[in-house]
Parts: sequence; structure tokens; C-alpha cells
Amino acid sequence: MSIDIRRKGGVGESVRRVDGIPKVKGDFEYASDLRRDGMLYGATLRSPHPHARIASIDAAAAAAAPGVQAVLTHADVPGKKTFGLDVQDQPVLAVDVVRYAGEPVAIVAAEDPEVARAALKKITVNYEVHTPVTDMERALEPSSPSVHPQGNIVRTLQVIHGDPNAPADVWVEGRYETGMQDQAPLGPEAGLAVPAADGGVDLFIATQWLHADHEQLAPCLGLPPEKVRLHLSGVGGAFGAREDVSMQIHACLLALRTGRPVKMSYGRQESFYGHVHRHPSRVWMRHGARRDGTLVSVQARLLVDGGAYTSTSPAVIGNATTFAAGPYEVPNARLSGTAVFTNNPPCGAMRGFGAVQACFAYEAQMDKLAAALGLDPIELRLKNALKTGSVLPTGQPIVGAAPVRECLEGLRGLPLPADEPALDRDPMLLPGGAGNVGHGETLKRGVGVAVGYKNLAYSEGFDDSSEAWVRVSVDGHGPVAEVKTAAVDVGQGIDTIVTQIVRTELGIDRVLIRPPDTTIGSAGSSSASRQTMMTGGAVQLACQAVRAEIDAQGGMQQVRRPIEASRVFHHRPTGKLDANGQGDPHVSFAFGAARAVVEVDTGLGLVRVVQIAVTQDVGRALNPQSVTGQIEGGSAQGLGLALMEEVALVDGQVKNASFTDYLLPTILDMPPVVCVLVEEPEPGLPYGAKGVGEPSTVVVPAAVVAALRHATGRELPRAPVRPDDLVGL
Amino acid sequence: MDVLLPRSLEEALALKAERPEAIPLAGGTDLMVELNFGRLRPAAIIDLTRVSQLATHHQENGDVFLGAGLTYAAIVKELPDFKPLVQASRSVGSPQIRHRGTVGGNLGTASPAGDALPVLAAYDADVVLRSQARGERSLPWHAFLRGPKKTALAADELILGTRWKRLRGPGSFSKIGTRNAMVIAVAGLCLVVDEDGRRVNVALGSVGPTIIRASQAEAQIASVMGSSGAWQDPSTTVPDQAIDEFAELVASAARPLDDVRGTAAYRRHGCRVLARRALTWSLNERRLPTWL
Ligand SMILES: Cc1cc2nc3c(=O)[nH]c(=O)nc-3n(C[C@H](O)[C@H](O)[C@H](O)COP(=O)(O)OP(=O)(O)OC[C@H]3O[C@@H](n4cnc5c(N)ncnc54)[C@H](O)[C@@H]3O)c2cc1C
Repeated sequence: MSIDIRRKGGVGESVRRVDGIPKVKGDFEYASDLRRDGMLYGATLRSPHPHARIASIDAAAAAAAPGVQAVLTHADVPGKKTFGLDVQDQPVLAVDVVRYAGEPVAIVAAEDPEVARAALKKITVNYEVHTPVTDMERALEPSSPSVHPQGNIVRTLQVIHGDPNAPADVWVEGRYETGMQDQAPLGPEAGLAVPAADGGVDLFIATQWLHADHEQLAPCLGLPPEKVRLHLSGVGGAFGAREDVSMQIHACLLALRTGRPVKMSYGRQESFYGHVHRHPSRVWMRHGARRDGTLVSVQARLLVDGGAYTSTSPAVIGNATTFAAGPYEVPNARLSGTAVFTNNPPCGAMRGFGAVQACFAYEAQMDKLAAALGLDPIELRLKNALKTGSVLPTGQPIVGAAPVRECLEGLRGLPLPADEPALDRDPMLLPGGAGNVGHGETLKRGVGVAVGYKNLAYSEGFDDSSEAWVRVSVDGHGPVAEVKTAAVDVGQGIDTIVTQIVRTELGIDRVLIRPPDTTIGSAGSSSASRQTMMTGGAVQLACQAVRAEIDAQGGMQQVRRPIEASRVFHHRPTGKLDANGQGDPHVSFAFGAARAVVEVDTGLGLVRVVQIAVTQDVGRALNPQSVTGQIEGGSAQGLGLALMEEVALVDGQVKNASFTDYLLPTILDMPPVVCVLVEEPEPGLPYGAKGVGEPSTVVVPAAVVAALRHATGRELPRAPVRPDDLVGL
Repeated sequence: MDVLLPRSLEEALALKAERPEAIPLAGGTDLMVELNFGRLRPAAIIDLTRVSQLATHHQENGDVFLGAGLTYAAIVKELPDFKPLVQASRSVGSPQIRHRGTVGGNLGTASPAGDALPVLAAYDADVVLRSQARGERSLPWHAFLRGPKKTALAADELILGTRWKRLRGPGSFSKIGTRNAMVIAVAGLCLVVDEDGRRVNVALGSVGPTIIRASQAEAQIASVMGSSGAWQDPSTTVPDQAIDEFAELVASAARPLDDVRGTAAYRRHGCRVLARRALTWSLNERRLPTWL
């Protein structure tokens, strides 16, 4: 198929974001800005204990307080008492047991947010406190208390490939850990539920996936699906945090009970309790190779902490395990993965989704192996790099593009940033930055590389299709195209990409995006780097159908009445894994490589990252500037995991639920990112474009920590790396 | 909640006398956090931002007076001669915070992590307070800072500012945090050399319940510099071993705790490293004085 990429504002061009100007000017309406006359404010009472039995709840005093319109507990949930993306095991409001500190127990609606919060304090809950399970390894011991009646295993799987006991010349072994990262979207959870005349409810919501919310809401509210309507509100970032339901059901319950609009809007602190986090991991790996560096075998055991409820843990551990051997040809492997329940806050989706934890371990192993063999780390990787036609440990062959070699060679071709003399340098450009802690004493530079990969779209038999509707009409200003999908622009730019696709396919400049809601079919989630390929694909198909009809009518000039078409795009079907982890689980893959250059103040263990360079397999860049933005943002999130971002837990309690102590990189921590786009169109995807949101987050943590190892000579098996680790305390 | 808007110091003091429960607000960068978290619901707030007398600084008879209402941004711009103070001010928060936050607020909050406080302690500053009923009084910094978030401020008083004897000599402020800007100190250190008094003053922040002066270290290094002749002749080398000893004594003055921001062991280690560096910088600067 040929496409006219020269069409102004079409695909391939760095078109300005359609939401850019309103966002910069502050005109964009985020969910936290929603207002309705006569609306009430909701608030949530959360468990202070990670594990307790609820002996009784007394809400009478709260309900009687002036200004309070409703106080609801589990007894007031009219339908199904639980929700969940995969398994519905999470109570809308705790019934008899609380399984994590922060679990919702009761909700209140009041005339004003302060009255609502004050009412929470008037609810008396008698807890019988139990010992929590807070360590993922201890959770597996037979003596451990059970978080759920079925035990503490969410999912365990094994991938057996070739002869896992095959002999090798050289073996290296290591244990690695990553901490719990928060998605930290700038807009905390928010939405407005409006009761409708038909007894149903309209929910205006910042989410990643309208239809998944809808599927979970209607049964809990005890309403037929058509009486629950979801409308997208402005989303201030997501990164996986909005995949699970947070305040959606609560706001609807309160609106239906009071007959008034109810707004719920979390503050930053509550946001830390209100959404799932990145799974902390503990990984053991053993790599065997021939003397010349050819990989013979990879053995891995991966354990991730799923926290109190299932969420997307089964898919996360599926990813981590199937990717555990890295983007390499490995003839023999035994990879086993387990996700456990604990009484820690639930973990679920976050950018990189299991691939991050695996990459952190396998890339550290590749560096160890290179050192053991006396080989250059990039050479070792090149020698074993996956390519089109390679067979993965699951037995799945790679049919699409796999430019691992190109990514690595691209990195190698980039010049290193020049050495900067420490003397007389502005301390702002030294480790410690604004703190003025050094003049360049004990400064060491290090360079690290990592390559990795991740699946695009959903795996293991899931058909996450997307529907699009396109209508072309002619008004006084000429032709106009309207598009409707349920795809959520979380900030990644799908609305802009859709506009570009319509312009390219139809040659119409004026494109109007209708607000997404649940009156159209699902678009699937804005996650798994999938919206451009899935919703982009559906929009392309619908445009092509409209185009055919326009052509049949003799061209645009002949069109008298609006022409419209709806189409659904499906990715190629995938399959489940068998008992040995064999099958065809993934749709397509995106590869990426990163090189980090760091400076470490080895006296204080402080770090300045000098530069991050990323070469990424993007298939085809539909909007190069957006792609670069994704790579830069993904790199920042990866740098955060490597150096500072961690939800600190002590006995199941979050110790840093605010941006005072949950540290995100600032502009002084984040270096310039050099991006190189490797464009090898992916067969079967619209325009050959691969998803681009995640690979940088997968590889950057591994690259930054590799650079720190290079600078300090220390093992650094855990991310985030603390100053203590760098000075060896 | 009443918000009172005095336009002069007299008005502000009268309001504070009348309503001792009213909480003063300067930049609000600490106070508004308390309000937003619902930890504080004062009956009244006295907004001091219109009281221009508070936002002044001047020097008289070798004394320096720094008004409580001076923001960190103003200090960076207007007081370049006070290098440690500028370095501390520059390390505070973000540009927004530095444009609102004041030294008076730092004193009012009295957090052990207040970055201006080790500098005031190293300068041996007094805190100047005033009430309508009793007029002005001055307290040494350590008498004003009575513990973590505890001060000697009376209910009818306001902080006017701080005053110290201007010292001749080099000095620096450093702050360790786990990111390169906008971070609460894991450990902070201010070192100033008093050439005339032949003293080296060292104050530590964030490594104890309040600001700590490392007096044993101060005595040790002053005496080494005395016996080696370094006070008279700045080119005299201070032996490495004495610098190590000094650093060790500074580290042992710290009384750090483990918390979510850092471990006690790292904080102590950080004090040792910063002490060594700060002393070395000052000794080098004495050879090529830029502070004159
Ligand atoms: C994002 C952020 C980052 C920060 N980073 C830092 C940092 O890096 N280092 C640091 O030290 N601090 C930091 N802070 C804390 C804060 O900015 C400082 O403590 C600042 O000095 C407070 O000054 P203010 O004028 O804003 O005080 P306010 O909040 O107005 O007042 C603080 C307290 O002092 C009292 N007060 C103020 N003025 C007077 C007066 N004249 N008389 C009597 N009482 C008075 C108030 O009643 C209140 O109790 C940060 C705060 C935020 C929000």
C-alpha cells in the first residue's frame, strides 16, 4: 500500500499536538476541574491496618453530621461486592477483612470536601488486627498466613526450552531486586458521577480504558450495562495507574444514593493509596555460555509482589517470565516466575509491565558474562542478538522486525559526551547539584548499556480490539471528517495521531475528534504501547471504507449527504502458554537500547547522569516529535527507578505517600536524551508503526545502574540505588 | 478563619497582641502545607507580606541584620558577600519556593532540616523578637531553637530578623539530598572561619533533633591551626591527619536517626565527608582570599 506521506499534517510529520495549546494555557479541563451545580463531594475512609478483621462499623455519628448526605459501607453496595480487571477479588468496600493499609472501608458524600473529610473521622471501625504478610518470599513459606483463602500464589508459570541442563563453559549467577515504583501521574484520580432520570448514572472520568471500567461498574452498581454510561474527562497522565478502578464505583454509588452529582478527587497522598504500583521484584538468574560468548542456557527464577489483590499480576509475571532471557537467541532455558499475594498495597500495571524487572536482571547478567569472558559488553550482546526468524524460549518465532543489532550498533555509533574537567565547574553540574556538596572531589565517570524488549498490545490469547467510526460531510468551509473512538488520550497523543491518519487516508484537513464514551465499542486500554496500532488501525480501516464510498459516488465533489463507516481492528490472534510455557503468546515486539553516562561522587554516593542515549525500534515514526517525547519521558521514568523512586514500605505501611519524600527526578537530575529512531516497518501493523511508549523505560534503569557499576566497581544488585550502596555502607 | 492584613510592623504587633492565637504567615511555604494537609486550622492568620520593614537588611558597626521577611531569592540577589548564606538559600526548594520562602519562616518552623539555620548557627546569630507589650529582645540562635519545631517565640511576639557580628574569613554551606535539587536535606553543614577570633565554626543540620554545633571539632582545628602557625600564615599546611581528625569529630557530633530520607550511618558518613571538604576549601581559600 502506498501512502502519501507528503500530505500536510499527515502521518510521518511532527504535527503539533491538538491538545497542546489548551494544556499550555491552562484551558484544558482535567477531571479534577469538573463541576456541576449542586454537586456533593465524596471522601473515602481507608484502613489504617495492612491486615485486620472488621468487627464492626458504626457510621451513625457521621451520617448525622450536618452537611453529610450519605455514608456507605459494603452493605450498601447493591450488586456484586467485588471488582477487578482479571479476577474480581477486590471489594468495592471492605466486607469483613482488610488486606492492605489504605483499603477503602466506607465512603461519604457531603456538601463540601472538608465536611466530607471531617465525617470520615466520625466513623468508628473496630478492627481485630492480624499479623500482615509483608515479605514476598515469606509469603511462599508454608507457615505463612494466607492473604486469600486459596493461598498466596497469584500465578506461577514455567518456560522450559531446549535442554535446561545443557553444559556450558562459563557460568555467571546473580540476584537482583527492584523496588515498588509509583506512576506519579500529575493528575490524581478524579471523576464526577451524575445520576440520570432513567435510574442510571453518567460518569465523567479520567481513566485509561472506559470499557473495562464499565464492565466492572455495572455489576457492582446492580444496573444493566446500558444504564451506566462513561464519558472521558481530561486525563493528567496515567502510566498504568488508571488501568484499575479507583473511585469510579464509589462516586456512582454515592450519586445513585443521594440523587445528586458527586465528585471525587484524590489529593496526592490519597493517590498513593488509590492506585496500584509497579511490582517490586526479586530475581535470581544464571547464564551459561561458550568461551566465544555464545549463550547456551539461561535459568531464572522471578518473584514479584502482587500485594493484596490480583489486579494485572498474572499478565505482569507472564511478561517478566517470557522475557527473562532477554532479546537474545538462547537455545536452552528454564524460566520460572511467580506472583504472590501479600498485605502490601496492590501492584498492577506500570509502563514496562514486567519487562522492566526482567531487563534489570538479564542485562546485569550480560555484563557479568562479558566480564567473565573478557569480551566487550556490546560485542557479547551483538553475538547473541535476536533477529527476525529467531525462536524465543516460548517457542514463538519472531515474524516481524527485530532490529536488535541495529539498535546496538546505533548506540555504538554515537559519540560519547566529552569529558568535562571538574575543576571550576558550576557545582550545579556536579553530583549533588544545588546542594553544593563538592568541587569535583572523588568524581568517577561510568558508561553502561542495556538492550531489551517488550510486547505490544495484550498477550496470551486476549483480543484487545478497537472500534472507530468516521463520518465525512461537507459544510460551508468544505469537507470535514469526524472521528469517534473510545481511545483515551492520557497525554501520549493518540488524538493527534488519529487526526494525522484521517488526513493521510482521506485528504481532509479538518478533523474533529468526538469525545470518547461508552456508546461506541471498546478501544482497549491506553497501555501496552498499543493505541496507535490498534485505534490507529481501526481509524485507518474506517477511513478506507469511507474513501471507497466517496470514490463510488464519483469523488468528494459529488458527495451530497454524510458518508460514514465503523470498523473494528483486531491484532493477530495469540495463544495461551502450555504447561511448559510453550506457545504463541505475544502479538509483536518493540526493541530498544540505551546507553547511560554517569558521574558519581564516590565520597558521598551522589550521582549526576550526564547523558542518556536511546536507540529504539519504532517500526515507523508517525509523529517523530511525539515519539521523541515518549522516549524522553520513558527515560526519565527509568532514571527515576534507577536512582530514587520507591514507595517505601515498613510492615505494610507506606512511609512516603507524598512528593516531599517520594522523589521524582527534577530537571537537574534528568540529562539531555539523545534519541535515534530505528525505522523498520512492522508487517501487519498500520503504516508499519510499532508502539513506542515503553521500551525506553524497560532499558534505561538497567543502563543507568550498569553505568554506576562501571564507575564504582560495586555490584549494585538493587534499584533504586541508594547513596549508601554507592559508598558501600 | 480571619485573615488579617497589617500594613506596618506596629499594626502587625498590635494585632498579634490582640489575637495571640493568630498565626503569622510570611511566604506560606511551610504554613500552607500544614493547612492543606488539614494539620492546622488556625482561627486567624496574620499575613506579614505587606509589612515592608520585615523585608530589609542592613549593616551597622560590624553587625549584620537580616529581616525575617527576606526571601531566599532576595538573599541570592542582594547579599552575594555572604557566601554560605547564599549557598544555603540557593539550595532551598525550587525557584517558586525561593521567591516566597523567608528566613523568618525557616526560623518559625524550626525544623532541623531548615537550610538557613546551620548558617545562622555558624554565624552565632541572635534572633531578634518584638512584642507590643515588652518591646524587643534578642536570643542566641540556640536559645531560640528549643527543639524540633519548637521555639522560644512568645504568643504575642513576631520575629523581626536575625543579627550577627560580621566575620572575616572564608566559609561554605553544603547540603546532601538524594536528588540534585528540590530536596529536604539528609545532612547539611555550614563551616565559617573567623580570622579575628581565630575560630572555625561548624554547624550541622538534619542530623539531630535540632541544629548542632560541632564544638569539639571546632576546638581541635582552632588549636591545630594555632600550634602550626596557620592563623598567622595562611600558607602553612594543616596536616592531613588533623583534617581527618576534624572530620571524625564533626561526624561524632552528629546525632542522626534512620528515616525514609536516609540512614543514620549515611548521615554520619556524609557529615565526615562534608567536614573534610568544607575545611579543605576554606583552608585553600585562605591562601588565595576571595572573601576580602
Ligand atoms: C516544595 C517545597 C520545598 C521546600 N524546600 C525547602 C528546602 O530545600 N530547604 C528548607 O529549609 N526549607 C524548604 N521548604 C520549607 C520552607 O520553604 C522554608 O522553611 C521557608 O523558609 C519557610 O518560609 P515562609 O516564609 O514560607 O514561612 P511560612 O510558611 O509563612 O511560615 C512558617 C512558620 O514561621 C512562622 N513565621 C513566619 N514569619 C514569622 C515572623 N516574622 N514572626 C513569627 N513567626 C513567623 C509562621 O507562623 C509559621 O509557623 C520547602 C517547602 C516547600 C513547600
